[in-house]
Amino acid sequence: MVHKFKRNGVIMATDINSGAVHVIDDLVYELLGETSVDNDKKKNLYLENTYGVDTVKAAMAEINELTENGMLYSAPDTESESITRNQSIIKAMCLHVAHDCNLSCEYCFAAEGTFHGERGMMSEETGKKALDLLVKRSGSRRQLEVDFFGGEPLLNFPLIKKLVHYGRSLEKTADKRFRFTLTTNGLALTEEIMDYINEEMDNVVLSLDGRRSVNDRMRKTLTGEGSYDAIQPRISQMVQKRGSKPYFVRGTFTARHLDFAADVIHMSDLGYDQISVEPVVGPPEMEYALQENHIPIIEKEYEKLAEAYLQRKGTENEFRFFHFILDLKQGPCMKKRASGCGAGTEYLAVTPEGDLYPCHQFVGQKDFCLGTVDSGPVNNSKLESFANATIYDKPACMDCWAKYYCSGGCHANAYFANHQLNQPYEIGCQMEKIRIETAMTILALESEESE
Amino acid sequence: MTKKHIKTLNDKNLPAKGADTGCGECQTSCQSACKTSCTVGNQICEK
Repeated sequence: MVHKFKRNGVIMATDINSGAVHVIDDLVYELLGETSVDNDKKKNLYLENTYGVDTVKAAMAEINELTENGMLYSAPDTESESITRNQSIIKAMCLHVAHDCNLSCEYCFAAEGTFHGERGMMSEETGKKALDLLVKRSGSRRQLEVDFFGGEPLLNFPLIKKLVHYGRSLEKTADKRFRFTLTTNGLALTEEIMDYINEEMDNVVLSLDGRRSVNDRMRKTLTGEGSYDAIQPRISQMVQKRGSKPYFVRGTFTARHLDFAADVIHMSDLGYDQISVEPVVGPPEMEYALQENHIPIIEKEYEKLAEAYLQRKGTENEFRFFHFILDLKQGPCMKKRASGCGAGTEYLAVTPEGDLYPCHQFVGQKDFCLGTVDSGPVNNSKLESFANATIYDKPACMDCWAKYYCSGGCHANAYFANHQLNQPYEIGCQMEKIRIETAMTILALESEESE
Repeated sequence: MTKKHIKTLNDKNLPAKGADTGCGECQTSCQSACKTSCTVGNQICEK
């Protein structure tokens, strides 16, 4: 399968099964069909009249050479499907150490931290049992990941410290390496906490939506005021202290403000150089939910953002945007590309009470409870449904050119939109395809500049 | 052959197929930044 596209003045084609990526001209764009070269006689005659017979022949020769070398119309991989499903290993956990929050954001999928349940804090006993379960079920995996999440995890900062300490002791006895990360709204950040994060956290995700007006429309304090002025200085201090260590300042865009490129640029102006802005997740009936008719606007925003990204490259405002990072040379293996995020298989979320869910987005959906930190994951029918939610199990993905880059999309998005795991969330698919094309276009423009 | 119509940006990037893959040591994609949009194209192989 070959996918061709035009974006930011660049024409490109990618061979899906090999991963080869090409910059092409208008003529090749006309010649390439999805599954083979376009052999329509009328069209060929038109191309020969437009470009000249010799030019069309030369272009065809280039296409044929790449096809022979497996870089266009290459055969699909038939080996990976059988090794893609593996239900027994757990390697990552999202620990909901606090189901409570010090903000009251309108779009919060966690219902202001409670996940539609009781407010509550995880106990030390539950947290330790979760880490024990992770180690016990991790098999030969050495790198284990634990994200401290909420609600607002810093509301239970003493527990975070205890669990990191406990995790470090397990590293020695079990020969594992914990990668701890933290997702915070920043409000409770103090100098002491920031220093601790820098010492112990492999990554920290700091939530800010961008411009003050945009941020404050959704991200509100408990008394209903905007949170920007309270949070932004703390995030800036955290970023400064972070130095070269990984972090992301992460925002959410909604139907209320689709011009998110301006928010990324605003955050870049603030000196943040690792930025991620994500589409909102929520019930489609909410007024802020993204709709099909927003896609052309969103597409233009990603194009605008690509322009700003390239303009700022090499300047003091250079920034990384999460979805524009695409390493064509050394990406993940086919198994990873086919199985995706690992929710409900190798990745689990743990509630303050010790209940296990496929991921943070499913917490509170009682049907999706997989077990407890005591029992381990025991809800076999649900576990099986997640193990069998690879791209090979999704007809829409098997026909899609983007499958090896997006890995089938977010399970929670699919479930909330379509009430099933194996039918992807169409609006999410469209946005993901735009982002992948834009990331490839950026690589093409960067390669042009370096020549 | 010098190509005038096609410039290959990347020859092949999906060679890691079959039994010798899937070590699982790489980062869980959703944990890295987004927590919402699943994407794996930007994840790094740690093997």
